[in-house]
Parts: sequence; C-alpha cells; structure tokens
Amino acid sequence: MRTTLDGAGPSGGGSRLDRSNVPGGADRAGPLAPAGLDALGVCAWFGRAQVLDDVTLSVPAATVTALIGPSGCGKSTFLRILNRMHESTEGAQMAGEVFLNGEDIYGPGHRLTDVRKQIGMVFQKPNPFPSMSIADNVTAGLGLTNTKVSRSAKVDLVEECLTRAGLWSEVKDRLDRPGSALSGGQQQRLCIARSLAVRPKVLLMDEPCSALDPTSTRRIEETIAELQGEVTIVIVTHNMQQATRVSQRAAFFLAEPGSPGGIVEQGDTVDLFERPRDPRTSDYVNGRFG
Amino acid sequence: MTTTVDLLPPSTPPSGPRQPRQLSPGLQPSDRIFHGGATTIGMVVLALTGAIGLFLGFQSIPTLHHYGLSFFTQTQWVPELNRIGIAAVLVGTVEVALVAMFVSFPLALMFALFITDYAPKRIKSSLISVIDLMAAVPSIIYGLWGFFLLQPYATNVARFLSQYFGWLPVFHVDTDPNSAVWQQSRYTSSAFIAGLAVAMMAIPLACAIMRGVFDQAPMGEREAAMALGGTRFGVARTVVLPFAKGGIIGGTMLALGRALGETAAVLIIISPAYDIKPRILEAGTQTTSALIAGNFGNATKSQLSALLTAGFVLFVITLGVNSIAAAFIRRSRSGAGTEI
Repeated sequence: MRTTLDGAGPSGGGSRLDRSNVPGGADRAGPLAPAGLDALGVCAWFGRAQVLDDVTLSVPAATVTALIGPSGCGKSTFLRILNRMHESTEGAQMAGEVFLNGEDIYGPGHRLTDVRKQIGMVFQKPNPFPSMSIADNVTAGLGLTNTKVSRSAKVDLVEECLTRAGLWSEVKDRLDRPGSALSGGQQQRLCIARSLAVRPKVLLMDEPCSALDPTSTRRIEETIAELQGEVTIVIVTHNMQQATRVSQRAAFFLAEPGSPGGIVEQGDTVDLFERPRDPRTSDYVNGRFG
Repeated sequence: MTTTVDLLPPSTPPSGPRQPRQLSPGLQPSDRIFHGGATTIGMVVLALTGAIGLFLGFQSIPTLHHYGLSFFTQTQWVPELNRIGIAAVLVGTVEVALVAMFVSFPLALMFALFITDYAPKRIKSSLISVIDLMAAVPSIIYGLWGFFLLQPYATNVARFLSQYFGWLPVFHVDTDPNSAVWQQSRYTSSAFIAGLAVAMMAIPLACAIMRGVFDQAPMGEREAAMALGGTRFGVARTVVLPFAKGGIIGGTMLALGRALGETAAVLIIISPAYDIKPRILEAGTQTTSALIAGNFGNATKSQLSALLTAGFVLFVITLGVNSIAAAFIRRSRSGAGTEI
C-alpha cells in the first residue's frame, strides 16, 4: 500500500484524525465510527420488472467489500438500496431489510436524509458542484444537512477530508478555484472528500473508476486503501483486478436471462477468486463470460 | 476510372499554401426542397420583424425632426397645444412593468420549482397545462378581472401599504390614509393594480422558461446532493437554482418584455395621467401601449406619427430587453439548450 504519495503521509494524516471539534463528532461513538451493514432478503423492482431477488449480504465494519458481476445484474440497484437512493427513482420499489449497526434503515423513525448522511455515496461519473469552489464542494454536505460549523472548523474540515481523499497536496494552493476545473480523477477524489465531510459510517462507491484513466484509477485505489479501517466501503466494480486489489470481501452477482439478479457467491475476495465454489463464479472471474 | 496515385511524383512538396477543399453537402432532392423552404420561411419572419422596425422608424422621422429631444423630456401629451412627449408615459410603462415583475417573479419561480422538484409525478402534467392555460387567456379578460374583481380588494392592500409604508415615496398617496371615510377612488386605476393584472400574464411565460431550465439541472449533481443527506430544498438551493441562474434572469427579462408592451388590460384599468411620479398606488398613470391604443382612433396624421414614434421607442426598448434576456439564457450553462 502506498500512503506517502501526498499529504496523507507524515504531515497530514495523524494529527488531523482528531476531530473532536468538527461537526458530527459529538453525536458519534468516536472520531472514527465505521459501521457494519447487513442486507436481509432484499428484492427490488422497477415498475413491474423485478431486478433483484432475495439478496442477503453482510458487510463487516471497517472492511472493503466488492460487488462484481456482469452488467445488468442489479449490483448498482443493490448499492442504491443500501443508502435509500433507490426510492428516488420513479417507479422503484424494494422489499427486505437493511441494517446499519443493527437498526433497519427502512424502519419507522429513520429519516431518509439521516440515512443518506450516514451512508455516503460516490458515483460512477464525478459530479462536483460546478458553481462551487473546491473548498465549498468539500463542505457542501454541511449546508445541505443544515449543520452549523464555525469558519475555522470548516477550514480544518476541508484540509482533513481532502487529505483523507488523497487530494490535499494537489489542490491546497487553489482551494477557491471551481471544482469543475480539476481533472476527472481529481474531481472523483473531490467527491470522495465531499462524502467524507459529513462523517459517513459507510461509503458506497458505484464503479468510481470506470470513467477514469489508469493513473487516476490507481490514485482512487490508494485512497480506498487509506480509508479502509476508517469507514466501511462497498464498491461496485467491473474490473476484477481492481476487486482483488482493493477488497477483502466480495460478492458475485448474476442475473439469469429473464429472471431477477441475485448473489451467486460471497466470501473472502481471495477465496472467491482463487477457489470459487460455484462454476458460474469460476467462469466469470476467469473471464469466460461477462 | 484509373487511380491517380501512381501518377503523382513520390515526394513532391505541396506547391503553394494548401487550401481547404470545398465539400458539397450532397443533399437528397427531398432534403434540398425542405432546406430551401425552411430557409425561405425563416427569412420571411426575419424580414417581417425588420420591416416593422423600419416602418416605425420611418414614421417617427417627422415627429423626431419636429420635436427633437423634447419628445423624450416633455411629460404632457396634448396635441392640441402642440405639447407632445413621452417622459411621463415611459415612467408609467416602467412602473407598471416593475410592479408586474415584482409580483410575478417570486410566484413564477416558486411555481416552477414546485412543478419540477416537489409536485408528485401524476399531477405534474396537469399543473403544466394549467399554467399554460394562463398564457392562453386573452389579455382583455385579465383587464376585466383586474378592474371588476381585483380592484375592490387591491385598493385595501394599497391603502394598507400607504398607511404603514407611506413614508416611502413609492407607497405614498396624496390623501389622508387614516381618514375615517377613506377615499377609495384615490387608490383605484393605479399602476399598482395594472401591474397586478399584467403579472398574471407574465407568470406563465417566466414560469415556462424557468421550468425548462430547472428540468435540465443535471441528475448527477442532484443525486450527489441527495446522497449527502440533502433535503429537497437543499437540492434546489445547492444544485437547481445555481444551475438555472441564467435561465431565471433570462425568463424574468422575457416576461418583462411582455409586461412592457401589455395593452388591453392596462387600458381598461388605468385612468390616464401624464405626470412623472413614483407613487404607484395613486390613481392615474399612463403606459406607452395604452397611450397608443387610447388615442389613435381620432388622431390626425401628425398625431398618428407621434403615436407611432412612441411605439418605435417601445419597440426598441422591448427589443433591447429581449436581446439581453436571450444573451443571458444562451450564455449560461443552463440555457444552452433552452428554447426561448
């Protein structure tokens, strides 16, 4: 793991992890509170078409879990169910339960906005807010969730989150420039920093590197490696090498033609790739289809 | 046909500067006909607008020649005394338009935002039809509505404003607002009430453009804001409104262009008064288009020329406002694909 390519190393990392003075610090168990996520019997529909059937997946806290599988097997839909983004789509429905630290996020008494704040998401295409500066992009979540923060705490938060996302050394001299002026890979890391600023317990990543070149992809993977342990990560990827590089656990999704998708096999990434139990998994991870 | 590749000397440097090749579009006959037809009709529309401008311009030469700059500084419009000017009329025009903008802007903005971001999908299309229907109501109807239905209530609002905010010149009315028997007639037929009626006509236009740009706010940015835990209002404030800034300004200005030229409703509501005053609540004002509509019937040739000059000035102002609006919409990120 390479950790000293930028400010995350000697100067940035350690001291910045003390965040007793930043938002969310008080109502959390501690400065770093990654949480486990358990999906139980999750089904999903778009209109009448069922796209997921009975998916049960356990994501241990502070690990990286990769969701792999061919296109159209419901990986992204499943990911969007994990932070209740699924229901923002017209005609989308779901069944089953998703537990965050043992509590059903779809249960009564859970506000949609609170759930999404605790379970952040990074999208396939980098989507910084183009009208905002780099610094304002990082703190955008505070305004969106009506979290009041002092100016100095904001400055600290910007540095801390950009450092954790591995972007600080590249942008520290131009924090007031628009976020859209960055390269695609930098924009994606800015989006990661923006997600981290609201202190999520879980970070969902939906093919975060598919729009990026190999160098940017490597930087994102380094960022994921650095975040591991601080936040639980679930990543959807089409790149199987990436899955083996970044994740400890993996789940293989597959949808037979004409039937909804589901998990064929899940377990430790090493086992899934080197000793797959299901022949379909073996075919997929060895590149025989998909 | 033989190829010419072999005949060329192997490595002759190009003689002289290279010219880009002329490419023929290679259109099918049907494409040619359509292309020609569409171009012609487009030109006719442009020519018509240009012709109207030219006509008005030519017609105003004698008036401008005769009155010179005093046409723009004279407040009175008394052809019998050879006193003709549009200073007061222009002020009245702007006042009515500004009242209309002040009322219609927040309503159009809120309604557009409601349609795109809050309304359930199943009532969305009905809401759009209703707002479009507002644009289809003839302006004379809005005039009658303003005069017979709105005015009795609006005068109470006007009185309230002059009672409590009368120290502002805009809300001042030359009468005692606190008298036991209040002089309602001092509050009728004002720029304020005319502006309210014009606002009803400006809302659908502004709303349609704002709705168009709100709908174009990128899904990726909306989802980013939602995934951060944003409320609907948060998404609107962080993503939709910044994105739509150009469209909001442009839509408002287009509506302003509409408000500046509104005639029938204003003519019904106002009572003509030719003095420059900021007091929008007070009875009596005049706008350019109402001046023309009210006077051309029994105008002599030279009076008609004067009215057409007033029309020319309005034409130029409206053209200017609309051009600025179009520039705002086109140059903004949101407006690039917006029809105006």
